[in-house]
Amino acid sequence: MSIAPEKVGRDEPHHGRNIAIIWAIATAIMVPVIIWVVGPHIPPGSLTDDTRAQHAVDVVLTALSIPLLMLVWVYLGYAVINFRADPASGTIVDGPPLRSNTRIQATWLIVSAVLVVGLAAYGTVDLLTENGAGGGQGSNPLAKPSDARSALQVQVIGQQWLWTFRYPGYGGVETAQLVLPVNREIEFHVTSLDVVHSFWAIELGVKADAVPGADNIAYVKIFRKGSFQVRCDELCGLWHGHMNTTGHIVSGSAFNSWIHATVTKYAAVTKYLPPYSLTYYPIPTRNAT
Amino acid sequence: MESAALPVNRSKGAAPSFLGQLLGFNVIWAVAFAIVGYIVAHWLGGKIGANIAAEQNPGGTDQDDIAILLGLFGSIIGWMLGLGFFNYPLKRMLGRAPSLHEGVDSSTWRYFRLCTDHKVVAMQYLVATLFFFFVAGLNAMFIRTELTSSNATLFPAGNYLTLVGLHGTMMLTMMSAGVIGPLGNWLVPIMIGSRRMAFPRIESLTMWLTVLAGFVLLSATLLGGFPTGWTGYAPLADQARAGIDSYLVSFLLIGIALVLVGINILVTVVTLRAPGMTWNRLPIFVWAMVTTSILAVLAAPVLAAALYMVMSDRSIESTFFISSSGGSPLLWDELFWFFGHPEVYILALPGFGIVLEILPVFARKPLWGYRMAVAGMFGVALMSFMVWQHHLFMSGINANLRPFYMFTTELISIPTGLIFLNGFGTLWKAKIRFTVPMLFCLAFFFNFLIGGLSGVFLSDVTSDVVTHGSFFVMAHFHYTIMGGLVFALMGGIYYWLPKMTGYTINQALGKLHFWTMFIFFNLTFFPLFAAGMLGMPRRVSSYNASLHTLNVFVSIMAFCLGLSMLIFLGNLVWSLVLKRERASDNPWHSKSLEWQIPTPVPSYNFEQIPTITGDPYGYGLPEAPVVDFGRRGAVAAGEAGA
Amino acid sequence: MRVRLLAVAATFAALIALVAVYVVYFLESGPPAVAAVINRDGSASLTLQVVGSYGNHPFPDWVSYLVKDPSGKWRHTTIWKLPAHELVHVTVYQFDSQTGLRNNFLAQVRGTVGGVATYTDVGNTGKGSGLPPYNNTSLSVIPPSEPAHTFTVPDLDLSVPLVGISDSTSNVCAVAPCPMHFAHTTISFSFRTPGAGTYRWQCFVPCAFAFLYGFGGPMQTIGYMDGLLEVA
Repeated sequence: MSIAPEKVGRDEPHHGRNIAIIWAIATAIMVPVIIWVVGPHIPPGSLTDDTRAQHAVDVVLTALSIPLLMLVWVYLGYAVINFRADPASGTIVDGPPLRSNTRIQATWLIVSAVLVVGLAAYGTVDLLTENGAGGGQGSNPLAKPSDARSALQVQVIGQQWLWTFRYPGYGGVETAQLVLPVNREIEFHVTSLDVVHSFWAIELGVKADAVPGADNIAYVKIFRKGSFQVRCDELCGLWHGHMNTTGHIVSGSAFNSWIHATVTKYAAVTKYLPPYSLTYYPIPTRNAT
Repeated sequence: MESAALPVNRSKGAAPSFLGQLLGFNVIWAVAFAIVGYIVAHWLGGKIGANIAAEQNPGGTDQDDIAILLGLFGSIIGWMLGLGFFNYPLKRMLGRAPSLHEGVDSSTWRYFRLCTDHKVVAMQYLVATLFFFFVAGLNAMFIRTELTSSNATLFPAGNYLTLVGLHGTMMLTMMSAGVIGPLGNWLVPIMIGSRRMAFPRIESLTMWLTVLAGFVLLSATLLGGFPTGWTGYAPLADQARAGIDSYLVSFLLIGIALVLVGINILVTVVTLRAPGMTWNRLPIFVWAMVTTSILAVLAAPVLAAALYMVMSDRSIESTFFISSSGGSPLLWDELFWFFGHPEVYILALPGFGIVLEILPVFARKPLWGYRMAVAGMFGVALMSFMVWQHHLFMSGINANLRPFYMFTTELISIPTGLIFLNGFGTLWKAKIRFTVPMLFCLAFFFNFLIGGLSGVFLSDVTSDVVTHGSFFVMAHFHYTIMGGLVFALMGGIYYWLPKMTGYTINQALGKLHFWTMFIFFNLTFFPLFAAGMLGMPRRVSSYNASLHTLNVFVSIMAFCLGLSMLIFLGNLVWSLVLKRERASDNPWHSKSLEWQIPTPVPSYNFEQIPTITGDPYGYGLPEAPVVDFGRRGAVAAGEAGA
Repeated sequence: MRVRLLAVAATFAALIALVAVYVVYFLESGPPAVAAVINRDGSASLTLQVVGSYGNHPFPDWVSYLVKDPSGKWRHTTIWKLPAHELVHVTVYQFDSQTGLRNNFLAQVRGTVGGVATYTDVGNTGKGSGLPPYNNTSLSVIPPSEPAHTFTVPDLDLSVPLVGISDSTSNVCAVAPCPMHFAHTTISFSFRTPGAGTYRWQCFVPCAFAFLYGFGGPMQTIGYMDGLLEVA
């Protein structure tokens, strides 16, 4: 084999134009497909205000990623097809010795910077206007819903390996069942008695770490009756994968009758519970005695 | 400078007899001494622990963590003793003359002991990291076996968690050494025109500590396993059984090895470049090693400190991470991810380096935008220290800072994007040859793009509420680490192994390996994005029954991916052991320095320290000079600064 | 060539053997499953004992459950086979001392037939606080300081706190299986099994001595304070 310089052809096709056209067509087809065909099926559905916010963001991000995906795929595909060496020739031909191009680099930098700043601005505004979108906001939430004062408070207590729930508005009664009313703002206070867990109410779009000694607040408003899964989302030991339960969303009146029945049913054990508190520091620390 | 002060012994040292080799310091003694060290230190720790336990805990204690931790540290001392790492410091204290050479001879034994030839160390690294890569991969196969069932436990739940932890920790630790160890140690000195690394003994030490770290981690299976995964969250780590001590010591060893290897590479590149090897001519792979080393040197000490705190919590019952005693579980999260996020770039940057190094060779074009690529790597490296709290978006830690970390996280995509632009610029009007290394490099861009774009979903807090801690994250980082780093590493292995071993690697088997790996990798991990969004948390052994079909499909694809890795292993055995074919000096017609020297590379690398006359990417300029092996000192004064 | 081929084959065989050892001695290592006694009417009887220290290799000071197999022999395992959609009558002989709950909500008896469990103190010198001993007492809640352990199946919403023996008792069993002349509390209750499936159960009392929050070691090891109900 010998190494020869490239013979410069006069009828070189306009590669840049070709790539741009293919990319534009692919993007023009794929973006609407993503938004209107695939988009409605992107999780996590429309059960709550949080899932609606998350779904909207996911559709926007998916649609935005399509031009980038297409750019790379079209370019790679085009290069692989058009910029290949002739394997039959037996000589190794070098390409043109292009080193760099300031204009292209500057354009690339500016475009990606604009995209990034835009994304971050969108993400920030979205996070603040959507009440934190169901994510754990710590003990002093920045993004509160307007009806936070009248919200139903539910404390979620993670422990190895069970979720229990306290309703401070109802004498601090504790249950292992999570029942929530529909169409009412809910304020979760998530904490843990031992190691770090994470409260993930999947269909509600709520996720907040349960950290011992910390109060982690998340908001949600549910629009339809039904049920949802709760799973632990942070590795917490042996039964992490089994630390789940099914929650129920019921009408306001059904919730009232359920909570009053529960208060009555658990009246005796409720007396033994520590007073309702945002965090608990259980003893013993280390030794069973 | 080096050849003047310390003349290289050109004739290969006469190898001692077999018995002499056997009785000398080597890995056999290291294993024996490590076991003895464990036993002695464990006994000592038991004595100490009994007193402490008697004071704090009148009833005695179930787990003798002091004894086990001390035992593991004792095994480190024994291991180093058996390999002979203490000989040189002792000799120097006794007044012997300094020497840069130890254990360098032509016998096979040099691969089983302290050896200061950087090429030997690199081969040791390659075998060791690939061995543990396969062990960790085997664990992944078992994980996928468990996940073929949505609820039944094929393996007892605790063993399953240990599997997950072993897979994650071993992959993360071994792959952070997987490029910088074998390729970094082999290539960096040769690429910069040096005969050695700056600290040859430390180089060997990092390699042997890495090997020990792998086996210490595996010892967790004998100590009851550990339930924490690779992230080792406290206070679960405080609470876990003694297997976590193996995790802690193993990770600590890797942390120390990373710091040492980083310092070694940085000093080597700064001080041992050949005449004419200006910063502008430094191969991009060397830049990748430099930036990786900066990350390792700055990030790994934080990990070591955090690990030390957990050890202290477990052994002497300090309470760094226990909220009811004034500590904080969030402290671990912060410290771990302050290390952990740079760590994932320790796993990404070497991949960038390999790909950008190989791309020009098979595109037959100069690397496009060289300075921008270097700037991109430095940008990634520095910004990786400002994003760690995106791992904690749901933790409730100072949640008002989330927009800031969302911004920095998205900002880091700018320097990462530059790497794509470099690749595309290099491919523009190229003359691509579709060799196996090139295929892996092209696949790198395909995979890493999906990994990067899925990262945007995770960086957006609203979207992250769904995907955080789910299989979406798991698919994301497998796309970046396996689809990125491991694909690049495979490309690098196919590309440089002929030079490193002197034998060609079978291209047909290589192509079979590539296509099966590429297809089954994507079929395995792409569906897991959906699994995560549909509500499958990470590290679970049971999941919602509606995800069963998806998981069975993924498991089958994962098994096929495992078979693809066996093709790779078979190819190595076939090409390097069974059907050897001598490789020529420069089979890829590369202009890079390492291909201009003979194959196999002599132990002194260069007859004379070469003079570098150009960068290694002068494709398209047939006469572009790259290196001058004969004109030592004859460089025009102005050229060195060009 | 032949030598190298043999060497490769030998290495390969050795690696396969190592993997087999790994699977058998580590991955699959766990306690066996023991079937409950099936009664004439199709219901099942499960007889358990809980001991404060197992007293045997490999963890003599770990708390543990044991089960009586159909031949009447005590077996050290926590994986139990039960019939589906049937009543299960559980009798627990509880030999461990009181620890108290971390979450007092677990003092509530849940999910049993009638929502109660029956408690009897045997050979127990009293409750320390001067309370009378339980004698076939049906309770739905017990004082949260009294449990030594709980038997809880979260997926079935079944939970029974198991009252511990008094600290002042001297007649404490140290080596399992414990004969009935040692101080213990007998707890009996019944529950209905669901459809076929595997359900995990565990203890919720922080009873793992010397581990953080009393929840490491035996609390995270199947065969001690965690197990499976294999309902078929």
